[in-house]
Amino acid sequence: MKILVLISHVPDTTARIAFTNDNTAYDASGVQFIVNPYDEWYALVRGLELKEAQGGTVTTITVGGAVTEPTIRKALAIGADDAVRVDTEPKDGHDVAAQVAAFAKDKGYDLILAGKETIDHNGSQVGPMVAELLDLPFLSLATKLDVADGKATAERDVRGDVEVVECPLPVVVSCAKGMAEQRIPNMRGIMAARTKPLQVIPAAATEALSTTVKFELPPPKQAVKMIPAEEAGKLIELLHSEAKVI
Amino acid sequence: MGSINTRINMSVIVFADTRGEKVAKSTLETLTYGRKIAAKEGGTVTLVTFGDAPQDRLGALDANKVVVARNIGDADSQQLTRLVADLAGKENAKWIIFTHDDTGKAVAPRVAAKLQAGEVAGAITLPNEQGHIKRNVFSGKAQAWVELKTPLKVVSVLPNSIPVEAASPGASVEEYSGDLGVAKVTVKETRKAGEGIPLPEAEVVVSAGRGMKGPENWGMVEELAKELHAATACSRPVADMDWRPHHEHVGQTGVAIRPNLYIAIGISGAIQHLAGVNGSKVIAVINSDPEAPFFKSADYGIVGDAFEVLPKLIEAAKKLNAER
Ligand SMILES: Cc1cc2nc3c(=O)[nH]c(=O)nc-3n(C[C@H](O)[C@H](O)[C@H](O)COP(=O)(O)OP(=O)(O)OC[C@H]3O[C@@H](n4cnc5c(N)ncnc54)[C@H](O)[C@@H]3O)c2cc1C
Repeated sequence: MKILVLISHVPDTTARIAFTNDNTAYDASGVQFIVNPYDEWYALVRGLELKEAQGGTVTTITVGGAVTEPTIRKALAIGADDAVRVDTEPKDGHDVAAQVAAFAKDKGYDLILAGKETIDHNGSQVGPMVAELLDLPFLSLATKLDVADGKATAERDVRGDVEVVECPLPVVVSCAKGMAEQRIPNMRGIMAARTKPLQVIPAAATEALSTTVKFELPPPKQAVKMIPAEEAGKLIELLHSEAKVI
Repeated sequence: MGSINTRINMSVIVFADTRGEKVAKSTLETLTYGRKIAAKEGGTVTLVTFGDAPQDRLGALDANKVVVARNIGDADSQQLTRLVADLAGKENAKWIIFTHDDTGKAVAPRVAAKLQAGEVAGAITLPNEQGHIKRNVFSGKAQAWVELKTPLKVVSVLPNSIPVEAASPGASVEEYSGDLGVAKVTVKETRKAGEGIPLPEAEVVVSAGRGMKGPENWGMVEELAKELHAATACSRPVADMDWRPHHEHVGQTGVAIRPNLYIAIGISGAIQHLAGVNGSKVIAVINSDPEAPFFKSADYGIVGDAFEVLPKLIEAAKKLNAER
């Protein structure tokens, strides 16, 4: 089975969020970057489990500049066989998808796995866009994934219910919590990752369909109103009469 | 310029789920969004839907026209994409509006890619004067204004972002008769998760964390939620330890929600948790530790033991319900 896993390079979950250039760009100075948790914990690890059980290869693909390479090496340390980096600063979610699709279109992947969203852009766009650009079916927000007899079976949470869906390969899957357990790379993995192939390819020509014109930070919260524990019931009264939310 | 012709011919497509016992609030929000754009730009609204909603319900929606594809579900996003793309062409759509829910998240990007349209995923505002639309980024820790550079624009609207406005209901209803191809994705089984309000749509959410000590203590949390007509949620470790189902996990790596009221009980308020809930209009925090970081993001706070505070809240909520 040939598996492609999309790996995004994102600021650590505790990173300071600030902007530069008149609030038009994220200020990455001093920020630690990580593999997007959905890509790492669910998509990559499930891809590796399927490969270990059924044979095959797991390749990762990242759209980004050379700064993303430590993140890509982390994915290799966790166990991916090889990696591809499309050398461009993506213009928007569609650009990422277009770059991935341009690379994947004639490679015969059986499974293309993406995290359900990135923790920086939160668009949930790339997986379905890759599916559309490759004219493939898409299993969205899968919490479980299995492959047998040329078919993928997934579970998804839909409005609180659990739906079991099935689809012939090849397919694009967006991976959510429940699919796998996080793997911490060991020393051997980290050593091996240094010499695993990381192919850098030039970007396909694309046009931006959208741009972010400005970022803003939410206004600071007003001071919290404290209610003594003995009079806890007052909270309910205030939520009703003052905040008017119940 | 804006010739009269283009103004008259333009349309807004609103794709929405109309299944279930009644039309979901999020559908009405998305429809309001589409109507406002159509009113501003001088166009009509065509609501595109699928499934088995009764004819009179569809006819009562605030759209000029409703087109329903009766024989498909939402599992196969390729079929729904063909449906929306086909109608977008026929109706000369300039905008296609989705709800940013499970179905919209799968179909809106596909439609945008198919029609090479720019997309705003998870819009929280209508377009401003420059036509820019705001959305959450960095898991709600910041917002971004996005400009769509294409003549056709796709937007998926985050639930609970746009207040529903009533208009003059009454739409003509058409059944879609085009060819949507064969579904590759099929539903084998649906397991009902039981009663309860779906978390992403809930206006009030009662959430609890590791401070509740164990799953056996959730009875009080559920009782408070029931009295407040609220959905229940939890922090990540609580879901990881299987005290609560995974779909209740809110935060940066769980569900992101923006209810009117979020009540957090025995949750410390780690940055990854806050990321998923800080869009809530009002936050109330109950924690035994006065130094718990969550108090910094709260509107109301009680420093106290959840096991003593919860019964008082339930009692007060019962009293409030009895009075109204
Ligand atoms: C990459 C990454 C992603 C993450 N994503 C998420 C996410 O999406 N969502 C999420 O929730 N977390 C997430 N986390 C975990 C997060 O960092 C915290 O560990 C987690 O939110 C803590 O959960 P908690 O508040 O329930 O538990 P704790 O931090 O253990 O806090 C328990 C709280 O309960 C209080 N308490 C104890 N007893 C009582 C009592 N009797 N009455 C009242 N209060 C009491 C304590 O004072 C404490 O504040 C993530 C972490 C990482 C590294």
